[in-house]
Amino acid sequence: MLIGVPLETRPSQTRVAATPTTTAQLLRLGYEVVVQSGAGLRSDFRDEAYLEAGAHICSAEEAWSADVVFTCDPPTPAEVARMRRGAMLVSMLDPQGRPELVQALADAGITAMSLDAVPRISRAQSLDVLSSMANIAGYRAVIEAAEEFGGVFNGQVTAAGKMPPAKVFVAGAGVAGLAAIGTAGALGAQVRAFDVRPEVGEQIESMGAEFVEVGAADTEVSSDGYAKEMSQDQAALAAQMYAVEAAAADIVITTAQIRGRPAPRLLTADMIAAMKPGSVIIDMAASTGGNTELTVADQRVVTDNGVTILGWSDLAARLPRQASQLFGTNLVNLMKLITPEKDGQPVLDFDDEVVRAMTVSHQGSVLWPPPPVKVSAAPALPPPEIAPVKPAVDPAVLAKRTQQRTLYSVGLGLVLFAVLGSFMPAALLTHFMVLMLAIVVGYYVISNVSHALHTPLMAETNAISGIIMVGALLQVGSSNLAVTVLAMVAVLIASINVAGGFVVTRKMLVMFRRD
Amino acid sequence: MTMLSIIQTAYLLAALLFILALAGLSRHESAKMGNLAGMVGMTIAGAATVAYALDTSQRGMLLTTVLLFVPLLVGSAIGLWRALRVEMTGMPELIAMLHSFVGLAAVLVGFGSYLDAGTNDVAHLVEVGLGVLIGAYTFTGSVVAFGKLSGRMASKPLMLPQRNLLNLAMLLLALACCAWFAVSPTIWALVLVAALGFALGFHMVASIGGGDMPVVVSMLNSYSGWAAAAAGFMLGNDLLIITGALVGSSGAILSYIMCKAMNRSFISVILGGFGEGAGAGGGEARDYGEHREAQADEVARLLGEAKSVVITPGYGMAVAQAQYPVAELTRTLRTRGVKVRFGIHPVAGRLPGHMNVLLAEAKVPYDIVLEMDEINDDFDDTDVVLVIGANDTVNPAALDEPGSPIAGMPVLEVWKAGTVVVFKRSMNPGYAGVQNPLFFKENTVMLFGDAKQRVQDIIASL
Repeated sequence: MLIGVPLETRPSQTRVAATPTTTAQLLRLGYEVVVQSGAGLRSDFRDEAYLEAGAHICSAEEAWSADVVFTCDPPTPAEVARMRRGAMLVSMLDPQGRPELVQALADAGITAMSLDAVPRISRAQSLDVLSSMANIAGYRAVIEAAEEFGGVFNGQVTAAGKMPPAKVFVAGAGVAGLAAIGTAGALGAQVRAFDVRPEVGEQIESMGAEFVEVGAADTEVSSDGYAKEMSQDQAALAAQMYAVEAAAADIVITTAQIRGRPAPRLLTADMIAAMKPGSVIIDMAASTGGNTELTVADQRVVTDNGVTILGWSDLAARLPRQASQLFGTNLVNLMKLITPEKDGQPVLDFDDEVVRAMTVSHQGSVLWPPPPVKVSAAPALPPPEIAPVKPAVDPAVLAKRTQQRTLYSVGLGLVLFAVLGSFMPAALLTHFMVLMLAIVVGYYVISNVSHALHTPLMAETNAISGIIMVGALLQVGSSNLAVTVLAMVAVLIASINVAGGFVVTRKMLVMFRRD
Repeated sequence: MTMLSIIQTAYLLAALLFILALAGLSRHESAKMGNLAGMVGMTIAGAATVAYALDTSQRGMLLTTVLLFVPLLVGSAIGLWRALRVEMTGMPELIAMLHSFVGLAAVLVGFGSYLDAGTNDVAHLVEVGLGVLIGAYTFTGSVVAFGKLSGRMASKPLMLPQRNLLNLAMLLLALACCAWFAVSPTIWALVLVAALGFALGFHMVASIGGGDMPVVVSMLNSYSGWAAAAAGFMLGNDLLIITGALVGSSGAILSYIMCKAMNRSFISVILGGFGEGAGAGGGEARDYGEHREAQADEVARLLGEAKSVVITPGYGMAVAQAQYPVAELTRTLRTRGVKVRFGIHPVAGRLPGHMNVLLAEAKVPYDIVLEMDEINDDFDDTDVVLVIGANDTVNPAALDEPGSPIAGMPVLEVWKAGTVVVFKRSMNPGYAGVQNPLFFKENTVMLFGDAKQRVQDIIASL
């Protein structure tokens, strides 16, 4: 089948839905690809590069009339009209926000797959455009902030004085937030971050930032991977935290979005007024209303107290080449999923929850919204009405408890040994000391042995445990005949061990070789 | 300079050399030096002991010399003969057998120590009792493990009713006999301790299935160390204690690693009975659909077109002796510029590291033999995976089906690759008795027959 990649018509849209690299991958799945002349220009991909990859260059008309059309932006009504009946459209359609577009596509008999409707399950990650775009947007947010910010990110001590590191606060640790944390950290900033979902605290810490906790925050285990709106009490506590964090930070990056709703207001005008002059706020939720009271989408706003608020909604598109490549790869992964035979024939399997969720219109009917996909391991608990705090879920408390338990059992063991030991003969205790030290040495030595050498290790330990022969050797000279006989048998079998163990270890080790 | 201080110095050196021997095994480069250190240590300890034994003998120099060297030389000859003759695939059996010798030697030394000592105080008697018990347990346990591994015994777990209660009763009885022996030392009490140890070892290992043998072998490795350490206590010999503790902790760590790799609790493996969970889950046979079969020449064509190939061997490769053809296939593909790597699951084979030894034997360079964690992320970019004689270690049910008996066990995620070729003799399930949905995936093809023969066919078609 033929895949068409038209030129994006919105002037500020710099991305393209297929790059020369992904074109080659699509061809390998059995598809043919036509690219409208100049489609990749704004992402620095020239027509020649597409030709080289095996695509054909065509007009807008041809691109839109292909069997499958890839676009980044949702199509205009005129563009929908250009498509063939029964054709397939893969794009960002925002089915929640634009039901009329979905209806129009259904009416036109188009099978539409929306890339922003990918369920957030591990299997679907490779085709999740929102994640891949959020990732580079998070990176770009830090870069934009760096340009506005009048200081350095990394702290330094120089001959001309000390430069403090920039303090960055990231609100919301989704993909974008985590990417921003990573980038800011890599530039040397001190990063603190907050998210309403306590389970991501670990992820925040893994990126090198400090997780800001809100007093008695309710644990909110999300079942579909997205954050939900907060309750009243929580909101008050959170607001307090935001005020403190924003006032302390040089750069605030807000990424809080709730699917299908306006972005939550995290920073009020008062909070911004209390921030230091020269601070920068990057509002990554500007397109859905903004996380601050003063955000204007796609505008740079400077407040009276000198705080700059950037509301760029096209952060990912400011890295067009990379963004197109990721976007294109997501599309290739989608086509891989729906082209199991690699024969260029897409097959929509509605039993597959990923395919079902993404398909918003098919054969004239609207399929949005899909049945809910529940995948997160969160148990379906009834809402906690009486007990608002669930400490059992808190990993910190759990870790502390395990630590305490270890401490107690070690203490108990020591006491027990002290009691037992004081009844033992002194000579025995010397032997015990040797035993314990040898166990500790053994533990550290053996822990370093590489897995590939475990069999030789067993043979080697076998050989040296033949040392028991030493005991038997000393008994052979006994005047008691029974002891001599027993000892001789013991020497015999222990020496089998010694000789056999060492030789077989050697035999194995000689075989291991490098190229 | 007294004889005793020379002996002690020799023992000290031997102990240090043993530690160096094990430390040397941490890297391939230093492993041979490590083994050499072990041999030198053993020679030093042996020579010093022989000298001391001759010096203190109550039977006259000449007779003692003969009595010492005859068993020593005979034993070494047997050991050399076994070691030189063993096939790499038979390594698990050999190691299990060697464990049993340490156990038996510990029992004999225990009896000797009791009979030899003029005065027996309580502490010494307790040491003798415990040493004999651990040694006896190690001996029969290892013999049973040897039997199961070499196919002389059915690998199915022996399921006696109330087996945990039986084990506990035997253990308590044995300890009671130890106490009896310590209070009123008679040879019969010690014989009873040994007999109970033998019975306990036999029953415990017999009730563990063949699939869990890797854990059992490393566990017995550990016990053989503790047996040596116990002998050290009764003889007041620090070298024995140190060596025993080294071996004991080595085996314990290995068993722990293996259990973690199988997502099993150590306790439940030791107590036996993998079949319990499977019995409930095995009833509902799931229909996974049809599998597809391929011929060797088709697989050869697939390999010819591939850029990246991963081979995941399992015990089946060892059984079929397929490591040589597999190595040849690897060389053929690599000369053609195909990137070939091996993915080894921690519990592949019947011993920790078993597959590595087999591949090394066939001269596969060790730098392309990777661990599960190193390769699991790369399957997405792999064109062809060859699953040779592995089953449970590549079973997606471990991740997808919470009710499966192997649920939660980390596995090689081979199904993410472009095509998976499974070499298998038939459609029978693996050791865990679990059906493998991998065989029914759309990107999986089955290549039936003897793995060695099939790999040779592929080389021929290439």
